[in-house]
Amino acid sequence: MAATTSPERPIRFVVDGRAVAVTDAPASATLLEWLREAHGATGTKEGCAEGDCGACTVVLARRDADGVLRAEPCNACIRLLATVDGCAVLTVQGLGGAHPVQQAMVACHGSQCGFCTPGFVMAMTARLATGPVRDDADAHRALAGNLCRCTGYRPIVAALHEASAVLHAPVQPAGAAGFPSAPAADDAAGDGAPPGLPDWVAQRCPAPDPQPLAFARDGACWESPTDAARVDALLAASPEAWLLAGGTDIGLWVTKQLRTPARWVWLGAVAELGTVRVAADAIDVGAAVSLADAFAAFDGEWPELARYWSRFASPAIRASGTLVGNLANGSPIGDAAPVLIALGATVVLRRAGRRGPRRRTLALESLYRDYRVQDRVPGEWIERVRVPRRVPGQRVAAFKVSKRFEQDISGVSLALSLREAGGALADVRVAAGGLAATVRRAPSAEAVLVGGAPLRAAFERAAEALERDFRPIDDLRASARYRLQAAQGLLQRAWHLHWGDAGAPVTVDGWLPAEPAYVRSAR
Amino acid sequence: VNAPRPALDHAVPHESAALHVGGTARYTDDLPVPADTVHGALGCAGLAHARIDDLDLSAVRAAPGVVDVLVAADLPGANNYGGIVHDDPLLADGLVVYEGQPLFLVLARSHREARVAARLARVRATALPALLSIDAAIAASSWVLPPVEVRRGDAEAAIAAAPHRLDGRCAVGGQDHFYLEGQVALAVPQDDGGVWVHASTQHPTEVQHVVAEALGLPAAAVRVECRRMGGGFGGKESQPALFAALAAVAARRLDRAVKLRADRDDDMRITGKRHPFQADWTAGFDDAGRLLGLTVVLASDCGCSADLSGPVNDRALAHLDNAYWLPNLFARSLRCRTNTVSNTAFRGFGGPQGMFVIEAVIDAVARTLGRDPLDVRRANLYGTTEHNVTHYGQVIRDNVLPVVIDRLVRQADYPARRAAVDAFNRAGGLLRRGLALTPVKFGISFNAPHLNQAGALLHLYTDGSLLINHGGTEMGQGLYTKVAQVVARVFDVPPSAVRVSAADTHRVPNTSATAASSGSDLNGMAALDAARALRGRLASLVAGLWHVPADAVTWHGGAAHATAGGAPRTMALAEIARHAHLARVSLSAQGYYRTPDIHWDPKAFRGHPFYYFAYGAALAEVAIDTLTGEHRLLAVDIVHDVGASLNPAIDLGQIEGGFVQGLGWLTSEELVWDAAGRLATHAPSTYKIPTAGDLPPRLRVELLPDSPNRADTIHRSKAVGEPPLMLALSVYHALRDAVASLAPRGVPVALRAPATPEAVLTAVDAARAAAAGRR
Repeated sequence: MAATTSPERPIRFVVDGRAVAVTDAPASATLLEWLREAHGATGTKEGCAEGDCGACTVVLARRDADGVLRAEPCNACIRLLATVDGCAVLTVQGLGGAHPVQQAMVACHGSQCGFCTPGFVMAMTARLATGPVRDDADAHRALAGNLCRCTGYRPIVAALHEASAVLHAPVQPAGAAGFPSAPAADDAAGDGAPPGLPDWVAQRCPAPDPQPLAFARDGACWESPTDAARVDALLAASPEAWLLAGGTDIGLWVTKQLRTPARWVWLGAVAELGTVRVAADAIDVGAAVSLADAFAAFDGEWPELARYWSRFASPAIRASGTLVGNLANGSPIGDAAPVLIALGATVVLRRAGRRGPRRRTLALESLYRDYRVQDRVPGEWIERVRVPRRVPGQRVAAFKVSKRFEQDISGVSLALSLREAGGALADVRVAAGGLAATVRRAPSAEAVLVGGAPLRAAFERAAEALERDFRPIDDLRASARYRLQAAQGLLQRAWHLHWGDAGAPVTVDGWLPAEPAYVRSAR
Repeated sequence: VNAPRPALDHAVPHESAALHVGGTARYTDDLPVPADTVHGALGCAGLAHARIDDLDLSAVRAAPGVVDVLVAADLPGANNYGGIVHDDPLLADGLVVYEGQPLFLVLARSHREARVAARLARVRATALPALLSIDAAIAASSWVLPPVEVRRGDAEAAIAAAPHRLDGRCAVGGQDHFYLEGQVALAVPQDDGGVWVHASTQHPTEVQHVVAEALGLPAAAVRVECRRMGGGFGGKESQPALFAALAAVAARRLDRAVKLRADRDDDMRITGKRHPFQADWTAGFDDAGRLLGLTVVLASDCGCSADLSGPVNDRALAHLDNAYWLPNLFARSLRCRTNTVSNTAFRGFGGPQGMFVIEAVIDAVARTLGRDPLDVRRANLYGTTEHNVTHYGQVIRDNVLPVVIDRLVRQADYPARRAAVDAFNRAGGLLRRGLALTPVKFGISFNAPHLNQAGALLHLYTDGSLLINHGGTEMGQGLYTKVAQVVARVFDVPPSAVRVSAADTHRVPNTSATAASSGSDLNGMAALDAARALRGRLASLVAGLWHVPADAVTWHGGAAHATAGGAPRTMALAEIARHAHLARVSLSAQGYYRTPDIHWDPKAFRGHPFYYFAYGAALAEVAIDTLTGEHRLLAVDIVHDVGASLNPAIDLGQIEGGFVQGLGWLTSEELVWDAAGRLATHAPSTYKIPTAGDLPPRLRVELLPDSPNRADTIHRSKAVGEPPLMLALSVYHALRDAVASLAPRGVPVALRAPATPEAVLTAVDAARAAAAGRR
């Protein structure tokens, strides 16, 4: 079956106030390559080319389906250029030099070697466009995707607080002229740029182009279809095409493995895939929904999982990366799958059929057959993931262990969902990542718990039973022995969290002693 | 030396701060390049130790965009970038000694084309047995340099006679520099057969030498320039010469500009790191924990070649005392050769590892005696008038540690904190807290006396503007800012009125590396020398115009002042410059400095190698999770001695940044090699330096007040680049303290470093097993 060819057009976007139409970049060019090598904007740096250091951070703004302008941090190093079609790209060189963030960074001595600085400036600008920074923990999370090797971060955090105070002051102080402060509530969806962003971001951010982006260059084709049927057709014709959503993993195939496909199909322009539907029975997340938007929907349902989600990569990765992409990627150490399996999620698979799309629904845990082997046929892709709504009496917990708290890949992750009914545990679902070739459930541990009372001893026995459920391996992140032991610890922690002494700390993450010596002084 | 001038002493921002935040500061990869510039990538070995039987590069040459490919045989001159021992080939010549070693250089129209092509080589090689650990190297007596022994008193006899005796072993891992800007060089051929190299380097002169030798050119034909680096930390001392020399050879061969930039993974695989160390020790001590005798076998993993491993290990030996008087010491230093990347300079340069060992000894002694480790540390401190001679014979005349520690204990309220932590731990629960105070004493000067010299060149232009050039490089540490301040103070102008130009071997030659914390000590003094020479010349000129003696001329606000014939006279610098030019008085001045009073006998391992010592102390508190080993830094208090600070903001930045870098070394930055000797952690996805979230909620840093350097340094300041890194030993020991709360009294803690959650949980298990065994 051959898909019809789409008419070609340039990649159109606005960068630092200037509209550009790119016709000569390869399909696999990254935004950073184009900025530095073609556009000559060398203020944006390459530190790692894998979205982990943040030196390449820019602000990406686009209008969503409702016309509301959304501005997000973006790792330009792994963001494919063609995906910024229709966006406004703000780099550090577009800020003008006297932006409150830039002034605060100078005043607080926030730069030493200066190489990470443009990325920090843009991460801070992106964060402050969404509102003021509340406290140090909020600041640390905003900066989790940016590495600095010189300063030790204290002056950068101080600069973020200072710039926040300036940008979100009730009255705009002198010296910050030209940068809009927080809009009045009734202007939240108005024409003004978000706080701290230059006006052109709002004024010149292009309206969506009715003609889908498509081009062929150097033997590789790119297409950004605008409806799911076209995705079906393209994949049916070319099952080997690379289906791209956020690209936060596939970007590394390009920059690190130096692989490129003959055909790219990008899901980001398919409006129907960009929605989160909160129905009576499930939260239903489309294939193009970002991790950030999906987590925001989950936070409304399971606020106790918010910290777990905040440790998922970085703000820039969560803005670009998609929830479905993370599940489709199917890494045994992916952080979304353990939680969604514990929550009983299902995935909707679709492919082209003779009369419209053929769909089937699968429990997420059944998708993963073996290491990087999934129950999908060629041309079949994940359209949506459905997570059942919270039920009365449901208790959930999710934890990960890594060498670093912020933005690290899990050595082990463990999630649990169960229901207390009449003093007994029911619907017990325990899932773990990092313990096997796939993320999967722990049937032995579940069997220990189900039907019993929520006793500490039961959880200790269930933790022991994890030995029968998993045979982890040694690698650079952790030894097999530690992986199992840490998972056992996490399952016990779940008991302490829900049934242990109230007020007794169950994790060091974010914990502080109650004594007065630990007052915050970073401000 | 001038008396301090408070008006100019304030914390001026980094000279490039506005450029940094605007994205307009140019790094080597940002420089505009000639239109026909080609881009290089290195093809690297996939085996740790192997003989190359056949290197088939036909597919590389045929790849799209490829312009040229170079192998070892194509090098016109020396195939070496080893600075001290000539054992580091630029390109492997038949023998591979570490995984990642460069085999060939491919040049292509674009960076990506070069990288793609570099992976197309077909290498046929015979694997040879590889040594992949310190223990394996010791078993094979495999050294890059012969072992070195240091003996003071009779350690064995003192141990035998001591009331207590303890054996132990400790180990600390290496560390990748993770400068945010990777290795990069741009070589531009010149019309006279020479080459102009822009390199990200702490050592332009060594790059110049290596490039000249690789091309068979005189040094004068090679110009090396560096305006700024995106971080160095020692990783751009000897390593950049590899990239610069290959770029230069290719540039001359093609007669085109060549840029060679390592992407992050190549950078981490190809370049050396901090040396991992291990130590086997035996201590004899009294009831107070005083070390009466100590023997140590101190072994480091130098990797596949000597590089800077000789001086790194010497500095480790010279810092095996840290702050403690060791009356009877025998230390044997093993410089192990393995089939891993050649380890190199890294902030502290062996000092951190030497101090890691003695602090582990002290902690083990304290635990064995059931004493607070702080008491044992104090009992062993060097004195100020007695017990003040180091094991290498240097008399310590500036010991401020008793003052620093007392101040820190008081300000951070150690006794109350100790009581709170102990009470918390007695109450049980899932978490334990730990607290530790560790001191730092760090010797300032290059160990080799001849490196302690510097030059500067100051120009005054006829419009009154000032340009200073010196031998130091700017890697973010604020050296250019401090040197501008030094010059500005001489003419009493704002620092912003003094422009600092790029380090350039054509302006100031024969420089030492900007290393060993020496940047502002050496270059600041050389710049001061130049500025005073020029000012003296101008003062004579003005005095002649005004008919007053030269010493009657004073300088304020960028102008000369005197009372001539009863009337006050003033002349601004620009006007003086014009007068001087008309009078044919030179407006350039050269400055030079060499550190006085230092000497060193490397054979005897004795002398006075350090002009002075820098001191500090840190108190850290942590919490650990006994279920997973996860930990969190709760609070840090630091008192650090920077003498009379040249720039308190920059010094604070060095202290905080050094501390956090040390925190990473000791907690999260784990380098992992697989069983075949391949580095598994070669990017930030797998190698975890600290993030903002690792900052402790309480971080209080104080510059020790009213403590000018006793040595006659630049405005009585002290070097600050390296010493603060070692303050992070407090965190590691706080973790040990938390683990110790689970062990029975009298049992030392075994915690490997870096103390990842896995390492902590392993130590927790051991402590609990000991407790169970005791019951």
